[in-house]
Order: sequence, then structure tokens, then C-alpha cells
Amino acid sequence: MHFVVCIKQVPDSAQIRVHPVTNTIMRQGVPTIINPYDLFSLEEALRWRDKVGGEVTVLTMGPPMASDSLRKALTIGADRAVLLTDRFFAGSDTLATSFALSAALKKIGETFGKIDIVFCGKQTIDGDTAQVGPGVAKRLSLEQITYVSAINEVNGEDGTVTLERRSEGGVQVLKTNLPAMITMLEGSNTVRRGRIDDALRAARAEIVSWNAKEAGIEDVTMCGLRGSPTVVKKVFAPSPRAEKAALVEVGATPAASAEALIEAVLAKSPKIEDDLIKLASGF
Amino acid sequence: MSDAKPAAPAAGAGRASMKKELPERFRNHKHVWVFIEMERGVVHPVSFELLGQGRKLADKLGVELAGVVMGAPGPDILHACQESFAYGADLCYTIENPVLADYRNEPYSKALTAVVEAHKPEILLLGATTLGRDLAGSVATTLLTGLTADCTELNVDDDKSLAATRPTFGGSLLCTIYTLNFRPQMATARPRAMPMPERKEGREGRIVPFAVDLHEQDIITKILSFIPDRDSNKTNLAFADVVVAGGMGLQGPENFQLVKNLAAVLGAEYGCSRPLVQKGWVPSDRQIGQTGKTIRPKLYIAAGISGAIQHRVGVEGADLIVAINTDKNAPIYDFAHLGIVTDAVRFLPALTEAFRKRLSPHTRDRMAG
Ligand SMILES: Cc1cc2nc3c(=O)[nH]c(=O)nc-3n(C[C@H](O)[C@H](O)[C@H](O)COP(=O)(O)OP(=O)(O)OC[C@H]3O[C@@H](n4cnc5c(N)ncnc54)[C@H](O)[C@@H]3O)c2cc1C
Repeated sequence: MHFVVCIKQVPDSAQIRVHPVTNTIMRQGVPTIINPYDLFSLEEALRWRDKVGGEVTVLTMGPPMASDSLRKALTIGADRAVLLTDRFFAGSDTLATSFALSAALKKIGETFGKIDIVFCGKQTIDGDTAQVGPGVAKRLSLEQITYVSAINEVNGEDGTVTLERRSEGGVQVLKTNLPAMITMLEGSNTVRRGRIDDALRAARAEIVSWNAKEAGIEDVTMCGLRGSPTVVKKVFAPSPRAEKAALVEVGATPAASAEALIEAVLAKSPKIEDDLIKLASGF
Repeated sequence: MSDAKPAAPAAGAGRASMKKELPERFRNHKHVWVFIEMERGVVHPVSFELLGQGRKLADKLGVELAGVVMGAPGPDILHACQESFAYGADLCYTIENPVLADYRNEPYSKALTAVVEAHKPEILLLGATTLGRDLAGSVATTLLTGLTADCTELNVDDDKSLAATRPTFGGSLLCTIYTLNFRPQMATARPRAMPMPERKEGREGRIVPFAVDLHEQDIITKILSFIPDRDSNKTNLAFADVVVAGGMGLQGPENFQLVKNLAAVLGAEYGCSRPLVQKGWVPSDRQIGQTGKTIRPKLYIAAGISGAIQHRVGVEGADLIVAINTDKNAPIYDFAHLGIVTDAVRFLPALTEAFRKRLSPHTRDRMAG
């Protein structure tokens, strides 16, 4: 079977710092990583490849340096990597991104074999929208199952997949037909460490690189800024609150401090007492 | 991916999407809509929060506010409409079909797309829940329109376009996003990001049934079963009136129990900052902040939390924020209302005890537990 995992290279958010004075992001020297949510999807694809046989292709759209993430994915165990890169893609919002990725996925299917499952990350840590997966599914008419906590069965013979999907109030157990687009929930599996032979293979592997034309995109007005219906008009820092916190004086003992704090709470917001009594009495 | 690309050069001239003139075919789009999310007969509270926000937008635009209610035929539909009216809707479009009993992307996105195409709203709002995000992404793609996720503020500009503000750059900055040349303008907001509006019992509205041709045999994805969360497993953090949370200032996983103890005495929910989840001290559904839950309690007590911007955006809706932090320069004191500069590990047990004493006349019957 053919599994394709869409990944994104993102700045390592743990290392992003905001300039204390100008409140702008300090991006210099921030290392990039594979979007952490994508790793659960990659792992799930690798698992099912190992179980039922087939291949895992990873796809990313981004600048040429995004090939670092593809190589990392190869190190973890993917079989093939495709980089979609072109200046026409710059400034894509989610609609334009799903357009470009869908074109590349079609091309991947034609070039390397029919795709059974497209995996996407649940969302990214930099954009946080969770919209690209559904966009890809809609454009390619794939069955769309997001927030998957477990895949129970992938059946190549009858072309079905059985899985568990998190909903707000519980878990839906679903069965659907392939091809499908799946996004995995974080923590749904444990991401493997690559093996030595994968690492060696990854170091030598050739990454397939396509520009818009090579990916079969004829109408580049659908890409990048031009293909993006949303426009970012303004970026600004959250406004600081006028007053700082009123500090309660620390007492001789923690118990005295505690009394003082409770008094301060009730002075600020007398209604709280009723609420606390209600909660304490179990209503 | 990012729909927030402030880094992209605003190369301006010639960019189709920057033109302010709305194409002819979208000029008859009117009114503000909210998708009313229902699961197993229960309306998700985020839908009411969106109605509250939608009401303001509709009033500013001088248009109507409509809810879209879909589900299996039955009394739940009417009930959801009445609730929507009580929270501010002027009318509800209803789509009743057995196929819509449980959420699946295909029938829901077909139904929502069809009613949008038929009645042409200018603004469509959905909750940023697992259902809402799944649905919004496909509907926006089918309609080829813009969608802004996780908005923390919604407004209309002088030229009547929707200004959707959301955190960007990992929460350190905010950006305002427009969908200038396409309709509807779509946006999602997370539960608790907007305040709950006042409920007006008995407020009335119109019900406009809408028929969509859906048949079970045409739907590919089948529901084998549904396993509801056991209530004990489900945290009510987002909707709690009182929340106590701990951060790295607690020093070690064992001290998180101090937070739980205080929460238990207060009948509160407990939560934490992100590093505690990353370290595996606390399960992820307890994380508060930009990548966790947004809360709007009446009282929020934060112990040993520095108040990083990503945490702040999740708690700013609280009525009263109380910080316990040893560093008097910690950023949390910039937005907390009250604070005490002391060691949380020593202070929390004393606070717990003091609250217990004060509240004990009211908790007697529960002391056994
Ligand atoms: C993309 C992105 C998303 C994020 N999302 C979230 C999110 O959703 N939620 C979130 O919380 N964070 C989030 N973060 C992380 C956030 O930036 C901070 O790193 C995090 O909130 C810090 O947690 P903390 O306050 O517990 O720890 P620290 O920043 O380490 O602060 C510990 C605080 O405890 C105080 N302290 C130390 N000892 C004591 C003591 N004995 N008693 C009392 N106080 C003491 C210290 O003075 C300090 O202020 C995100 C970061 C990024 C980049």
C-alpha cells in the first residue's frame, strides 16, 4: 500500500524568544524541526507499512531548506521524500497550501503509485489552524477522518480502514473506504527512533524536488499570496493592562499570609464567597 | 499551516486579494450565521458564545443573526433553535435528516455548503472544536473562501468587512486577518475565547427548514459505535467557575498534589502550564493556554506560573486572577489582579487549610469523602 505523509518544517517554538522591549519575535538562529504533530502521523504510516507492506512517501511544501525535515523523516524510516518548492508558493494561506499539496499528491500518485492513505498533522505549532488536512481531503475527494486516536485495521483487500476518532464528548469508532485522509492525535503512538541503516540510507537518498510546473500546477494564480483569500492586515503586540497586580503583604507565617490573601480576594470580589460556598457544598 | 504570514512582503500592488472592491457575485451575501454544534442532542456552549459575538456583528452591520441547526429529526432540533433564540439568534435554518444523527464530515459539509449556497451569508462562524475544525476546513475549501482559525476577537470594519484577530508567532503577537474578496467570511473561535452572552428565556425567532438530499447508502464512512467519555474522565476545566493551576515553580511532580488539594477544597478544577504536561507530570487535557484550554473562571489562582504570553492568552478572560510567585518581577504580575510574593510550596497548604476552615460549615456533608 502507498501511504503519503504531509509534513511541515516549523521553527522550534520552544526556542523562540520575544524581544522584551520591542515585543517582536527573535527568529535569528532558531532551529527548525518537523512539526511535532506530524510525527504521530508519520509513525502511524510507518507502522502500517511495516504491518501490511508498501511504501511511505513524505511530502512537504516549503523553501529549499525544508529538505532538512524530509531527510529527517527518511532517517526515521520513510521510503521516499518529495519537496514542493517554488517562489509562487510564498505567502500561501491554508486554501492555497491545500491547493498546491493536492496537486503534488496527484502527481505522486501518478508517478509512484496510487495513494491509499494521505496522513496530515492534526495542526501545526506555528499556524495552529488544523485546516490544511481537510482542505486536501476535500480537493482530492478523500474520506476525511481527523483527530484519530487509533487505527484498528487497514485492509488492503477490501480497501477499508477501521479507526477511532476523538469527538468532543467521546470516541467514534468508524469504518471507511480508501483512499482516505487521516490526521492523528498527539500521543496516539510513540514515535520511533530511526535505525542506523535508515540513517545511512537517508544520508544518501535523493530527494525528489518539484516546482509548481513539475507538480502539474498550471494556474499559479491559485498559489501563494495570489491564491490566498485571507489577507493579514495588521500584526501587533497584545496591549498591556494598565494596572499591575496589587501585592498582598507576606505575613509572619504562611497561615497569616493565607488569611490576608483570602481577605484581599473577598475585598476585591465579594461575590466570590457565595460562589465558593456553592461549590464547596457541591451544587 | 500558517494562515498568518505577516513575514510575507506586502508587495501590494496588483495583488488580487488586496483590492477592496467586492466582486459582483458576492454582493448579495448578507447576514451573520453561526453553526450550532450539536452532539447527541446537546448544543456545545461555544455555539452560544459565538451567538453572543455574532449578535454584536449583526447589529453593527444592521443585518440578521441566524443559527444553522442540523441533526436527526426529533425534538432536539426544536430545542436547539429555542436555545439559539434565547442567546440572540433572529432565525434558525434547520436541516433534519437521519443521516445527520452523528457527525461525519461528508453529510455535514454537504448540508452546510448547500444551505450557505442557497441563503448566502456574509459571515459564518463555527466553534474551534474537533467537529467545528473538521467541518470548517472542508466547507471553506468547497466554497473557495477564506477561513481564520481560533479567533480571539471578531469585529466589523467601517467598510463592513470582518476583522478576525488571532494569536500568531506562537502567541507572542496578534494579527488581524481579512477575507476581502470572497464570501462568506469564515472564522472559528475556541470555546471560552468569547464571553457567554445573557440568556433571554422565551425570546422568539423564526425557524426556516432547509431540505438537503442525503441518503445513508451514499455515505461512505460508517459509524460502528460511539463510546461516550465517562464523566469522571472528562475535565470541565474550560467551563469551571474556579480554577487552580500550578507551574514550574512547584519544583517537582509531587508538589502538584498541593494544587489538587486546594482545588478539591474549593470545588474547583485544576490545571497547569505547558512544561508540566511536557514533563509528563500532568495529563495534557489539563494544560491552560494557547495550545491548551482557554478558561474564563470567576477566580483563577496560579501558583508558580511565570505568566508567559502563551499562558496569558488562555486566562485573560478570568474575572479575578491571583498569582503566587516568588519573583516580584514575574510577568504574571502584569496581568494578575492580586498577588503574593512567596514560596508556593509552603504557601499552598496554608491557603488550602485557611479556605477549608472558612468553607467547612458548608462542606460538612462531604467531609467523609
Ligand atoms: C508555541 C508555544 C505554545 C505554548 N503554549 C503554551 C500553553 O498553552 N500554555 C502554557 O502554559 N505555556 C505555553 N507555552 C510555554 C510558555 O511559553 C512558557 O514556557 C510556560 O508557560 C512557562 O511555564 P511556567 O510558568 O510553569 O514555568 P516558568 O516560566 O519556568 O516559570 C516558573 C515560575 O515559577 C516561579 N517560581 C519558582 N519557584 C517558585 C516557588 N517556590 N514558589 C512560587 N513561584 C516560584 C518563578 O519565579 C517563575 O516565574 C507555549 C510556548 C510556545 C512557544
